[in-house]
Amino acid sequence: MMQVNSSAFKEIAHKALHDDQLQEALGLLRTNFGDARATAVERLPEFGALRNAGRDIRNHTLENLDHYLEAWEVKATEQGAIVHWARDGEEARRIILGLCRSVDAKLMAKSKTMISEEIALNPFLEDEGIEVIETDLGEYILQLADEPPSHVIGPAIHKTKEQVADLFRDSHAALDPARRLVEISDMVGEARQVLRERYFEADVGLTGANFLIAETGSSVIVTNEGNGDLSQGLAKMHIVLATIDKVIPTLNDLATVLRLLARSATGQEMAAYTTLSTGPRRTDAEGGPESCHVVILDNGRTGWLGTPFQEALRCVRCGACMNHCPVYGAVGGHAYGWVYPGPIGAVLTPALVGIERARHLPNASTFCGRCESVCPMRIPLPKLMREWRRQEFESKIQPLRQRFGLAFWRWLAQRPVLYRWATAIAVHGMRLLARDGRIRRLPLAGAWTSVRDMPAPARRSFQSQWKGRK
Amino acid sequence: MNRDAVDVGLFVTCLVDLFRPGVGFAAVKLLETAGCRVYVPENQTCCGQPAFNSGDFKGAANIARDVIATFENFDCVVAPSGSCAAQIKVYFPELLASDPVWSARAELLAEKTWELVSFLVNCRGVEAVDASHQGTVTYHDSCSGLRELGVKEQPRKLLGSVVGLSLSELEGAEECCGFGGTFCVKYPEVSGKIVGQKTEAVAASGAQTLLAGDLGCLLNMAGKLSRENSDVEVRHVAEVLAGESGPAIGRG
Repeated sequence: MMQVNSSAFKEIAHKALHDDQLQEALGLLRTNFGDARATAVERLPEFGALRNAGRDIRNHTLENLDHYLEAWEVKATEQGAIVHWARDGEEARRIILGLCRSVDAKLMAKSKTMISEEIALNPFLEDEGIEVIETDLGEYILQLADEPPSHVIGPAIHKTKEQVADLFRDSHAALDPARRLVEISDMVGEARQVLRERYFEADVGLTGANFLIAETGSSVIVTNEGNGDLSQGLAKMHIVLATIDKVIPTLNDLATVLRLLARSATGQEMAAYTTLSTGPRRTDAEGGPESCHVVILDNGRTGWLGTPFQEALRCVRCGACMNHCPVYGAVGGHAYGWVYPGPIGAVLTPALVGIERARHLPNASTFCGRCESVCPMRIPLPKLMREWRRQEFESKIQPLRQRFGLAFWRWLAQRPVLYRWATAIAVHGMRLLARDGRIRRLPLAGAWTSVRDMPAPARRSFQSQWKGRK
Repeated sequence: MNRDAVDVGLFVTCLVDLFRPGVGFAAVKLLETAGCRVYVPENQTCCGQPAFNSGDFKGAANIARDVIATFENFDCVVAPSGSCAAQIKVYFPELLASDPVWSARAELLAEKTWELVSFLVNCRGVEAVDASHQGTVTYHDSCSGLRELGVKEQPRKLLGSVVGLSLSELEGAEECCGFGGTFCVKYPEVSGKIVGQKTEAVAASGAQTLLAGDLGCLLNMAGKLSRENSDVEVRHVAEVLAGESGPAIGRG
């Protein structure tokens, strides 16, 4: 599993807040994703109804998950794909390694898959002597920079184009040093040129799956670069890596969820490439992989069924929740310390790595609710983060000061007479520190006054004035 | 306007009670003008949101029972805060859903609980207020009121009737100010960054006054503006609608 750094949220966030280039890159989040989504949604008056339909499809599938997974397996097998079931990351990595060894693979071309990050596939394969090349531009950039992704659809969104140009100059040493690398299109062109040859050298192409279609046994990927098609179509072997929650019943259902996905993600009506793969090359066909394997990973997800977190399994990884999150917008994705950032990461990470290691994530939310309001699958993200806070509270792993402070306040809140006394004393103390109606530094509330003043409380509370007025 | 007299229990909110009593009096004035008889139960404290959002559901449910018992006999319950009203209206029924005795009482209270400005417009049919305020104001849509209770047009409608007032819309008005209850003290640096973006937008709006409907957000934004030595005054929207004009938040 990829290393979990979520307990260092505050430290990474601190650095992120003082990283000018990161802040510049994050500034584009609103215009590139937020505004684009808003425009696309405005053009589709039935978007709200479509979200209900998408939610219902996913709920129905999750409630009958065993049925649809088995139906999908029957169809996929009929079409010549070989299906492998993996209980956890270790099993999935072993299966994939075995498949690579079976064709004596030296090089794997990989299109973007968050699941492979979840199971830390690349370092594992490289330790086993198999070279892996990422073909999604963002993932390719991060492979060169040796960094984890910071966003589910824009993995390198934390980098400015100037940083990418420098990285390319360092990494592509064989190219003309005087070449132009200014516009994004220059860098896309260069990556394309470098990657093109590797597709032909690759023995195995590995893709993720946005969806699995039970009706046809297909797997579906959407990309904007076409790299997924080249990865899976040119190698001898195509391996699909997907989790159990990706299945949906029919092609009609796919039409519904695709209409939601691209609009929510980038504001596009559809991604540039939508590819359905159904088994390997047919005997009379000219192209396509000789064999097609699908690895279906659970990694604890069946344990979420029947719990509040079942709703998180509706997620289609569009990234809208992070694009509209004030916390993500301030600190970026790396602060979340693992594979999935933003509000959905704050729900998934504790489920996948344990709340003890990820307790910051569901706490580092203002509960503004914007994530839920843009989620195409209507996942109640604040509610699920609050559910983690409940588990954290009940397992008593919150910091002691916070626990006691809360317990004392709650005790007071149920004793109105004492509450008036205690608050009157606190107010009196605070007013001693106030100058011109504001407090610059407040003992015991230094966290507040470290970044803003505290307006002074009133000399007499509303209740005491009201009493006097009556 | 709806002329039937109703008995309204005012849920003052803990922050208004301690930090900004004027908001409570503004609410009373607006409610009375709208034909309500206003009562302020003495043994109210807080809606329990800090416990709820800290994961202490049992503690929050206990506080919810106190609030229900205190307020359930009024025709309506009104709070000058979207966040506290939403706690009662949206989350009390959720918290007490499995309690055979209290769930029905929670539902009944939820049905008659309102945020102040939406109550005036949507329940009492108030079209205009009798107030004046010279100058340009901007308005921040507090998250709970906006997304949980649909408070958006109501304050704009009533502000439109205030003599002398012009509204300059805030860029990103629907984006969080970074308060987030305990979030602002658990993650002060992140909170500071978010509220800094808000104060930049406030400056860009050119308004002399910033308004909102929730005191938590207002204290956060006023505190940041004060730290930045900004001249922008910060007030609760009810104060302007009621024609109150004492010192702004954090100004003496």
